[in-house]
Amino acid sequence: MKTKDLGTKAPITWCPGCGNFAILNAIKPVIATLDEEGVVPLENVVLVSGIGCHAKIADYVNANSFYSIHGRPIPVATGIKLANPDLTVICFSGDGDSYAEGLDHLIFAAKRNVDITTIIHDNRVYGLTTGQYTPTSPSGFVGRSTPEGLKVPPINPLEIVFASGGTFVARGYSHGIELLKDVFREAILHRGFSFVDVLQVCATFFNLYEYYNERVYTLEDHDPLDRVKAEEKMREWDYNSDGSIPLGIFYREEASTFGDNFTKYNSKISDLDGAIRKTLESYI
Amino acid sequence: MEEFSVLVGGRAGDGINEAGMIIARLFNQLGYCLYQYLDYPSLIRGGHNFAIVRASGKKIGAHRDEVDFLLALNQETIDRHKWRLKESSVVIYDSDEVKSPVAGGLGLPLKTMAKEAGAPPIAKNAGLIGAFSKAAGIEWEVTEQILRKEIPQSVDENLEVARRGRDGIDGDDGPKVEMRSYPCCPVITGNELIGLGLLRGGLDAYVAYPMTPSSGVLHFLAKVADEFSIKVVHPENEIAVILMAQGFAYAGKRAALGTSGGGFCLMTEGMSLAGMAEMPLVVVVSMRAGPSTGVPTYSAQSDLHFVMNAGQGEFTRLVIAPGDAEQAFYWSATSLGLAWKYQIPAILLSDKTLSETAYSFNLEEARDVPEIGPVHWDGDGEYRRYDRTLDGISPLAFPPRPGAVVKANGYAHLESGITTEDAGEVKAVQDKSLLKEKSLIEELESLPAVKTYGSKDASTALLCWGSNKGVCAEVGEKFGLRVVQPVVLNPFPTPQFEKALQGVERMICVETNSTGQLARLIRCCRFEADDLILKYDARPFSVDDLEKRLLEVTR
Repeated sequence: MKTKDLGTKAPITWCPGCGNFAILNAIKPVIATLDEEGVVPLENVVLVSGIGCHAKIADYVNANSFYSIHGRPIPVATGIKLANPDLTVICFSGDGDSYAEGLDHLIFAAKRNVDITTIIHDNRVYGLTTGQYTPTSPSGFVGRSTPEGLKVPPINPLEIVFASGGTFVARGYSHGIELLKDVFREAILHRGFSFVDVLQVCATFFNLYEYYNERVYTLEDHDPLDRVKAEEKMREWDYNSDGSIPLGIFYREEASTFGDNFTKYNSKISDLDGAIRKTLESYI
Repeated sequence: MEEFSVLVGGRAGDGINEAGMIIARLFNQLGYCLYQYLDYPSLIRGGHNFAIVRASGKKIGAHRDEVDFLLALNQETIDRHKWRLKESSVVIYDSDEVKSPVAGGLGLPLKTMAKEAGAPPIAKNAGLIGAFSKAAGIEWEVTEQILRKEIPQSVDENLEVARRGRDGIDGDDGPKVEMRSYPCCPVITGNELIGLGLLRGGLDAYVAYPMTPSSGVLHFLAKVADEFSIKVVHPENEIAVILMAQGFAYAGKRAALGTSGGGFCLMTEGMSLAGMAEMPLVVVVSMRAGPSTGVPTYSAQSDLHFVMNAGQGEFTRLVIAPGDAEQAFYWSATSLGLAWKYQIPAILLSDKTLSETAYSFNLEEARDVPEIGPVHWDGDGEYRRYDRTLDGISPLAFPPRPGAVVKANGYAHLESGITTEDAGEVKAVQDKSLLKEKSLIEELESLPAVKTYGSKDASTALLCWGSNKGVCAEVGEKFGLRVVQPVVLNPFPTPQFEKALQGVERMICVETNSTGQLARLIRCCRFEADDLILKYDARPFSVDDLEKRLLEVTR
């Protein structure tokens, strides 16, 4: 499978300059390469998305997909993975999606270490609803629901996922496609809950290209197995103050996954009626 | 005597449910049909719990007010239930606890007996059951056999307490239990039968967040997960439940989920997604008395219109309300087949009464589950998840399937599964849903969607749904009335319903809610109930309740 064959006939309706293009253009070659290498056959890939600008990616990639509802792609992705562990499930979600509406699902997916990849299109603003603050918008953010400026600071999603038990924590930026490709590939290959927060710029409602360009740098000589260092690096930038912004893989750890508990139930029993009769006998 | 009622009562934590079940199993060995009503408040220790075990030589599905035996572990049981006593009733109580018994009651120092036998305090039950078996004339061998089977630990000590209880009374008073000929059946709760029915329907996964009175399904399926090789998941909340189940469905696995009204409120957006994305699901909704937290461990039939309308937009759904043990099994199995054939959410609407009551279950009456299943893609040409066919059913394929790209979508979509907002396409999506509903209605005609009981030519009919089937069938038969029970409530099986009502001049609708929800539903199909018998104190009708109310409206 070539990257060019992964497109669909759906017209792309993202704004010019939208950071979502970078995510689309990074994930397609990663999926195509994994298929060509025989590592993950394309038919085993399932993309899941929520609702928001990010979610249109399900229409734009010619692969299995489940275009779900706002805040809920993670439980859908979890169900797919538990149903069939042979599938490689990549869950796309937005900051409104998984940090506001569906934060509970993010925390529990990390806690369970379910073997899915979650990529957050974190543009730090609601795009489709035309410009309101999200949980990662900086304090003072002036949006249509906070015309006087946002009075509360943002959350740091990396810390939340890390504290919840996520075993792969990374950050990318929509102005660095090669890094995105590397991180996506590693995230997909990681066995466990992989989390990638992508600083994805919304060119229309919150254009931060210049801001990010001045501050981002790629983690080097960083040992992602080192919990203490990983946490230190996650705290280097709090999504609010003007510190430098590290990109790359902060943390990774091998651990058993939620699906391991269910592998023994992957095959059906042969004598269903016999099992029902036997169960009923115990109630006599 | 043709039938017996035994009430056992005490505090939460005394093992009242278990004691009732042991008594039920004793009768079961002696050829009786059983019905155990369980009444308990929403707390873990203390309060007042009681079970009424009714045993009859013929099929029953309701309890009576009067009891033949009152077995009391505490004073409150006596105080609350002495109105149920008849002249011939026998009262056995724990004299360590009860200080003002009723005249003629038989007191036993059960707490002391348990202590002396070196048994845990809960063994008071065994003493009570031992004494009951003597009073009812049930042989020790039968009693011992059931106790051995049912008591999980300290068996010998419990048996010793039972023997002491048995020896503590002379057994002269009270009605004696004779052998009857009802087949010896499993005595099992509605929730467990829903679980077994789902398994029979090919269940692969059950997803649920605990909520009374639906949790019994979750507990049962979690317990038998190994034997049946199914995946049982308890996620973070009900929203995750219904979404996770759709992940299973997308990947080709038959999933069911369970909750009660409050949890179902959180699932409504997921219901709507299942409608648009055409994800087959079976949703068990076991009703309790609302609104809000309401009366969490008690019963009501007040969510019919809620489940029929939950979720934004218009989409095809199936609503089935089984009314007894056999229907619980049969329809749980059948609902999975129907959900998968039509790719729709199906709701199995139970209530606390059906879910938590233990019934004699006759598998012979529920065996003929129809073989209804999904239409699979034949592999020809390009796969389109939402292929628009003549009957509205798009063939299914599940990843990984080389050559098929499976795109599910909660937006309005093209046949390929890609989003659209085009007027013609949007209309086509809705037309497809209507077409499926039409096909489903045709299929329902071949299923027992409406049941009749009692005197089938009578011109007066009792109309009921769900758990009231048992009480209505019994009272209807006694009074020479026709009893009509629609089991499928949506899409409403109008032709079968019309046929069941042929020759009926007067219709009395019996429901456990305050507004008459079935009466309102049938009005949409131009049927009018003449009288309503409604009960909304969160308790089910006893046979006596319904008889009295019926006399009031027919007088």
